[in-house]
Amino acid sequence: MTKLTSHCSPSSEDNNTWEGGDNHLTIAMAGNANVGKSVIFNELTGSSQIIGNWPGKTVEMARGRLHFEGCDIEVIDLPGIYSFSTFSLEELVSREYIAFEKPDVVVNVIDASVLERNLYFTLQLMEMEVPLVVCANQIDTAMRKGIVVDTEKLQTALGAPVVPTVAVRGEGLHELMDAIIEVAKDRSKVKKTRLKYGAEVENRIEKLTSFIKSKKLGLEYPLRWIAIKLLENDPEIKKLVTSKSEEVIRLSNSLAREIEDIHKEPCFAVINSERYALASRIAGEVQKQSDMEITFSERLDQLVTHRVFGYVTSSIVIGGLLLWTFLIGNLLSSLLSELFNFFQPVNPQVSGAIVSILWNGAFGGIVAGITLIIPFVIPFYLMLTMIEDSGILTRVAFMMDSAMHKIGLHGKALIPLILGYGCNVPAIYGTRILETRRERLLAAFAITFAPCSARTIVILGLVAVFVSIKWALALYVIDLFIILILGRIALKALPGEATGLIMEMHSFKVPSLSVVTKQTWTRTKSIVYLVFPIYIVGSAFVQGLYAFGVLGPINSFMSPLTVGWLGLPEIAGILLIFGVIRKEFILLMLVAIYGTNLAAVLTPVQFIVLALVGMLYIPCISTIAILVKEFGWKPATIISLANLASAIVIGGIAFRVLTLVF
Amino acid sequence: MANSDRLSENMEEYLETLYRLGQGKERVNTSSISENLSVTPASVTQMLKKLDKKGYVSYSPYRGADLTDEGLRIAKKITRKHKLLERFLYDILKIKKDRIHRQACEMEHTLSDESERALCQLLEHPDRCPDNSKPIPACDLSFSSCEECIKGKESDIGEVGKRNQNIVSIIDLKEGEKGKVAFIRGGHKVIRRLLDMGITVGTTIRVIKSAPFAGPVEIAVRGSKLALGRTIATNVFVEGVEMI
Repeated sequence: MTKLTSHCSPSSEDNNTWEGGDNHLTIAMAGNANVGKSVIFNELTGSSQIIGNWPGKTVEMARGRLHFEGCDIEVIDLPGIYSFSTFSLEELVSREYIAFEKPDVVVNVIDASVLERNLYFTLQLMEMEVPLVVCANQIDTAMRKGIVVDTEKLQTALGAPVVPTVAVRGEGLHELMDAIIEVAKDRSKVKKTRLKYGAEVENRIEKLTSFIKSKKLGLEYPLRWIAIKLLENDPEIKKLVTSKSEEVIRLSNSLAREIEDIHKEPCFAVINSERYALASRIAGEVQKQSDMEITFSERLDQLVTHRVFGYVTSSIVIGGLLLWTFLIGNLLSSLLSELFNFFQPVNPQVSGAIVSILWNGAFGGIVAGITLIIPFVIPFYLMLTMIEDSGILTRVAFMMDSAMHKIGLHGKALIPLILGYGCNVPAIYGTRILETRRERLLAAFAITFAPCSARTIVILGLVAVFVSIKWALALYVIDLFIILILGRIALKALPGEATGLIMEMHSFKVPSLSVVTKQTWTRTKSIVYLVFPIYIVGSAFVQGLYAFGVLGPINSFMSPLTVGWLGLPEIAGILLIFGVIRKEFILLMLVAIYGTNLAAVLTPVQFIVLALVGMLYIPCISTIAILVKEFGWKPATIISLANLASAIVIGGIAFRVLTLVF
Repeated sequence: MANSDRLSENMEEYLETLYRLGQGKERVNTSSISENLSVTPASVTQMLKKLDKKGYVSYSPYRGADLTDEGLRIAKKITRKHKLLERFLYDILKIKKDRIHRQACEMEHTLSDESERALCQLLEHPDRCPDNSKPIPACDLSFSSCEECIKGKESDIGEVGKRNQNIVSIIDLKEGEKGKVAFIRGGHKVIRRLLDMGITVGTTIRVIKSAPFAGPVEIAVRGSKLALGRTIATNVFVEGVEMI
């Protein structure tokens, strides 16, 4: 079965997706959630996959490349999973990738501080008979927990190379690559250690395996694995085999019944327990747990899940992240604005040569970009990355679980919601960590109201600057209430059973400086590259339109709504139309048309209503696109219309109430 | 079928009340029982003495009574039958919420174990009664999961073994208490998810923390920490509970 390949070229019939060539290798990183696969992936390939200390960041495979000792290596980062049963999309995707694409080496990254749970997955990879290299990561965390892992012994027990690493510091990665290349060159390095289950189960697996073998079904998967999956009653594999041989199914059913009679438990549960028993035995043999004092991380854990302080820290994470962005951003933004005013005051130009008009608009766009993005986006992502990296998000999810049930979701849904403070798009993508489509829809709906950085810019640029900081902060509070209320309404519209929370709580980590800076840069970079051109072109475009008098008809067409119902100036029509592209345009266009002294154009009430409506009225075009991609046209349309309706209703009410206040 | 030392309906009501008032573990005083059952304190005392003699409660004058292991077993069973019947009356027969309690109270004493099991299967192993308050206790059959009970549908109730120990849901454990997983209630999916996370029968679970406001329970299992939502935690039952 094992093909010996010279050098590091895989045999071509094994690998039809790869374009071929001599020194090509494909390696896949597989393992539990949050063990450090993406960290290793980034270190190896120089990519910038988003990483963080919470389970489920990698929701889709990521690909990267690296050159190592003359080999051109493609690295695949698979989503973190606990098992190869097919209850989640990630599990199915990973399983099919490994079975069909047949990577040259599968690198199983395991968390050395949680050995038993991680080995359960290792055993499943071994069942799939993949060319395996085990990477025992977070050896340092294990040490801190008083756990010493004997990797030599583990290597003997598993029959596959085991390399200890501390990926965040890059330790052991060279050795890991050496081991990978070695296995790729010579698969016999991975011994076919058959880890045996208890005799009652093992004998039946073997019996079924040899029966399947005799039938010569020509299946992609290893036969022993097929046998185990049949006994486990795996629906996908059962369907596959049924189409080829009814006899195999009959034998497997009767063998499964025998196992059930002996163990008095469903067969899948028996195999499951056997696998865990084996994992537990190996873990027990290879690790030494010394008496553990209560670590700092444990103490911190007790504090952030304390019945009182837990809610305090959760509120700090949920609200403080916004507050921090806001206050720091405000400070930096005004500093930068003054700096620009010193060079050249930004005043709109509506007459003169076209080139001059456009240049003036473009310059306004550059200024807006610098004074808005840099002060807000950088501090926000800096803090978000630290929060993500520390592991506190899982604790917040734990504390807020019952509150999230009020909108039909469990605590884990809070994680993408908080990510939504930055940008709704990755947050909606992140809802993949939830179990059902219904829950993902509910979460995505809530996220479309989350105060993303673009909304923050609008709130700050309009309300904080021209009304008061207090009103700007009030808008955030109002927004959080709106999320809660509309979430309740959405729940009524989409009733159903809520899936319970099952979430691994990983140890706290001190965020690493290099990870935090790298990640902040990655995130800021993508915004800078995307947004600056849009700002500059858009700003110039609008000033051009304004100069040629195209805006008037559009504005007057929308005036019954904007002026009549919402009490805004007529110009709001065009602002809201452009705001669909990116919400900051609302502010940007206003400045492009009227210059920076907006107080002469809008009243305090209008500032607040415009910010409120701008915040709610529609998900921006990128968000709509991701909604369509993830859920289809119909839900995307319904969510967008719900946003619009809520903005019109709440905006109209706010106008009337605020007129009484001011 | 007839049990020689079968309790009277009245005695069963007492045990059920003791279970409800004491949350299955605390001592209950005479006056709150008399209030609850609307009988004089004197007759409560008399009955408690009688139950004490039979070994179902341990009673001490002026301090009230708590359930013995055997008393707890019976109390749980009656409570379970009561709540299953409430669900049946409400879900299937569509009887109004305010009327189900009294009717279930009368029916619970005559429901056989066989019907109890059939009812549980029909209702797809419910974990809460219609008013969504207290969880329904687990059955006393020696199954490790509901799936096993459903698979052995044709097996006679007499052939199914009884549990020899009381099992408790992990939401009833105090922080720091541990026990061995004995039974997982719920549908196929939940059971599979729990098994994949290493919550298999016989595994030791220690409760680290229980979040307030009916929040999740944090447990230590197989050297790692897991958060389980309240509903899921309600359905994980352990035996041999001890403090570490």
